[in-house]
Amino acid sequence: MRYHPHTSEEIQEMLAAAGARSLDDLFRSIPEPLRLRRLLDVPPALDEIALFAEMRRLAARNQTEHPPFVGAGAYPHHVPPVVDQLLLRGEFFTAYTPYQPEVSQGTLQALFEWQTYVCLLTGLDVANASMYDGATAMAEAALMAARLTDRKKMVVSAAVHPEYLRVLRTYLASTHDEIVTVPYGRDGRTDLGALSRAVDDRTAAVIVGYPNFFGVVDAVEEASALARKVGALSVAVTNEAVALGLFKGPGELGADVAVGSFQSFGNTLNFGGPAPGFFATRDANVRQMPGRLCGATVDKHGRRGFVLTLSTREQHIRRERATSNICTNAGLCALAATIHLALLGRKGLAELARLNYARGRLLREAMSRAGFRPCFSGPSFNETAFDVGDAEAVVTRLARRGLAAGAPLARWYPDDAGMKGALLCVATEVHTPELIEMFAQAVRGRA
Amino acid sequence: MTNRTGWKPGMAKGSDAPAPGADVGAGGATRGIAYEERLLFEHASAGARTGVSLPPAGSDFDPAKELPSAMLRGEIAGLPALGELEVVRHFTRLSAWNHGIDTGFYPLGSCTMKYNPKSSEALARLPGFADAHPLLPAELCQGSLELMYQLERALSEISGFAATTLAPAAGAHGELTGVMMIRAWHVARGDARKKVLVPDTAHGTNPATCALNGYEVVQLASGPDGRLHPETVRAAMGEDVAAIMITNPNTLGIFESHIAEIAEIVHARGGLVYGDGANLNALLGVARPGDMGFDVMQFNLHKTFATPHGGGGPGSGPVAVAQKLVPFLPLPVVVKESERYRLVDDGKERPQTIGKLREFHGNFGMFVRALALIREYGPEGLKATGQLAVLNANYIRAGLKDVYHLPYDTDSLHEVVFTDKALKATGVTTMDVAKRLVDHGFHPPTVYFPLVVHGALMIEPTETESKETLDQFIEGMRAIADQARVDPEGLKSSPQKPVRARLDEVRAARKPVLRWRPGMKVE
Repeated sequence: MRYHPHTSEEIQEMLAAAGARSLDDLFRSIPEPLRLRRLLDVPPALDEIALFAEMRRLAARNQTEHPPFVGAGAYPHHVPPVVDQLLLRGEFFTAYTPYQPEVSQGTLQALFEWQTYVCLLTGLDVANASMYDGATAMAEAALMAARLTDRKKMVVSAAVHPEYLRVLRTYLASTHDEIVTVPYGRDGRTDLGALSRAVDDRTAAVIVGYPNFFGVVDAVEEASALARKVGALSVAVTNEAVALGLFKGPGELGADVAVGSFQSFGNTLNFGGPAPGFFATRDANVRQMPGRLCGATVDKHGRRGFVLTLSTREQHIRRERATSNICTNAGLCALAATIHLALLGRKGLAELARLNYARGRLLREAMSRAGFRPCFSGPSFNETAFDVGDAEAVVTRLARRGLAAGAPLARWYPDDAGMKGALLCVATEVHTPELIEMFAQAVRGRA
Repeated sequence: MTNRTGWKPGMAKGSDAPAPGADVGAGGATRGIAYEERLLFEHASAGARTGVSLPPAGSDFDPAKELPSAMLRGEIAGLPALGELEVVRHFTRLSAWNHGIDTGFYPLGSCTMKYNPKSSEALARLPGFADAHPLLPAELCQGSLELMYQLERALSEISGFAATTLAPAAGAHGELTGVMMIRAWHVARGDARKKVLVPDTAHGTNPATCALNGYEVVQLASGPDGRLHPETVRAAMGEDVAAIMITNPNTLGIFESHIAEIAEIVHARGGLVYGDGANLNALLGVARPGDMGFDVMQFNLHKTFATPHGGGGPGSGPVAVAQKLVPFLPLPVVVKESERYRLVDDGKERPQTIGKLREFHGNFGMFVRALALIREYGPEGLKATGQLAVLNANYIRAGLKDVYHLPYDTDSLHEVVFTDKALKATGVTTMDVAKRLVDHGFHPPTVYFPLVVHGALMIEPTETESKETLDQFIEGMRAIADQARVDPEGLKSSPQKPVRARLDEVRAARKPVLRWRPGMKVE
């Protein structure tokens, strides 16, 4: 066993040093009836060659040769190989939470850089060291809003990612907070009339997507103004963070909290996880934030360095009075995003965002030529819902060709008859113009 | 002890200038070449420099003409502009400031810092896994689903439970999931309860998790042997107690040998027993929590199954449950129907589910790594893992117990907790020992935890460390105890070798600087 380095002589020597007669003897503190008296019933051991054959067999049962035309919270983007090669430096990926700052300055400085990127892209003051994912980040934002306002009502746009909304319901099931959903209009944006009727002086948070689940750039500015009027927090939720390279940061539009996923930067799809959730807010809220925070300080010689800080919010100090129970987050995924953002740079980020907008535009044109209209009239980025007649049938038909066609919205909106034909599709820099054209024709059944 | 390179540990004392080649720690640490490296944002930000190669977006359109201009932003001020090599160098330099498992011994107690196999990294990156979208139609992702099914079965067998959810993103998220299921079970019986019992040795995540679920936490004192005693539980147990949360072995590395009786007491009064599986490594193949009276337990795949800790995640925190909690499992659940696999993600098929815990199906990338390890180990390898982890901890205990104070004489399993009590007269504290270990080339153990032990040094070596490494660590720890007696001041000025000396944590909290801003100065 290559990961167990002892020879049998060493084991005997060590047992003697420890005063034990056998390996079994080391477990004498476990009462006899509680011990397992057989081997575990798991498949027999594999050598590395057999292991690779078996895992390759499994990987080959997935069909991933074409980039998927589905986004819906997980986006196919090109990840430059630099990202992975740097991530694979063992000093990064085999370290843990930087409890001992002197031997963790690499992780800490990178986290400080991540926090800065999140702040610059969202237009907010302060960001934490990452969350599990976008959905749990949104749930934590709602909990923070409840703490800050001492209110229990969450007003959530129905155009927020419905899986995020499901997670919010799970999180709030035990706290008895109330969730009110607000419908969307034909433009795919949150219905502002309904929103203003739903928001009142019991409201803790007003939550909208940016861009929202339909890929439409929602009314963060208007929603934030409504929230401000009643003393609630405005929360903007971003699934596709590349959009923040083209559209104003939610903080610039008045949002008090921005949450979501930075998976689009530096992280492959991985069947949905892991991916870096982010959480940013205004300075005033920092002591109610969940999660780890990295801060700058000096060492005893006055040199700048970094440490985890404001830990009195956290579970390992505050226990049942902590702002969250989160401990391990998505550090390495945040590092991947940071490296990708560093590679992109100021101009590269703007270009990538413009390119994604262009590919979304091409997709709309190609689908229009194929006879499919967008379901919503609002401005979109790289993702659009099209009325394709019977969305599930299209998905099934294209799957036979190994193509992931999109996300049928009726799965999440069964009560909206207008959604039956809606297929949410994405095009990013990995979808070439030729592929986009082929896709549109395939949806039509002509290619 | 063999010493192939011919160096002999010879640590400089305190602030003496070491002779060339003389300043070598027990773990081999010297002063290597380390570079200063500014923040990304302190590099040039002007110009069109970039580190990516992208196709042109085309010039036949202008977003500003198609979208309301009030929505658009230009290039974001403050973002740096670097070429690829500069980015590579930046992060390579930063990485050199870290101590990882690949660098040296990392006995951070309760974190199970075992070797992270390189095979697992290669396998998780197979395009079939890495490029699979979570919403792929089932016929395009049978491989992912089969892998999840296999892992679910293996984890259930390893822990002795009926079924396992893979959804939770980390250990604390798993705790949250488990306590939510406990709550749902009580509510379904029309018996919502108010309290959860938590021993004083518990991780902070336990009480924090209870609070998130709206439970009041009742702390239980552990006994003089470091164990929780049945009479303590009996006295606290009532009809308003939903559950007890127990880490076994506990954070002192001690097996809670009264667990079966404690579970009986709690069950008799209608409560459930939650197992924090953070320390499962000690029991692998030797004993199973599901056979001890636990009803639910979370795994930490980044601990027990060697998925990388990543500088603070991603983790993965599957939760195993006894039969009575199966209906409450979160979604999705992978099912096998003849030879096809399918995700059950609709509450209609599982009316009692607690719901969704995250946007998709869990940290799949971690599932690949964990299953790879389980497949390579097989039944014998898993058992040897538990045995050797415990052997290594006991070997360290035997090598240090005459120089460091052992607060509990009870048998240790996978980790051992010492204190700084024996050094008290010298003025040297646990923190000083930890920082001096850095100069020797070791990552410090977990310090000042568990909270019930004053000045705790919690050492967990794991099974992947060689005897040679353990001997070096013992030698280093003994050298520090010696130095405490003759040169406490020198010891207090450690660490000397990393790129930074002790950092001012009080200042960081008092004047928080949590991001770069133009002109930022910290001095």
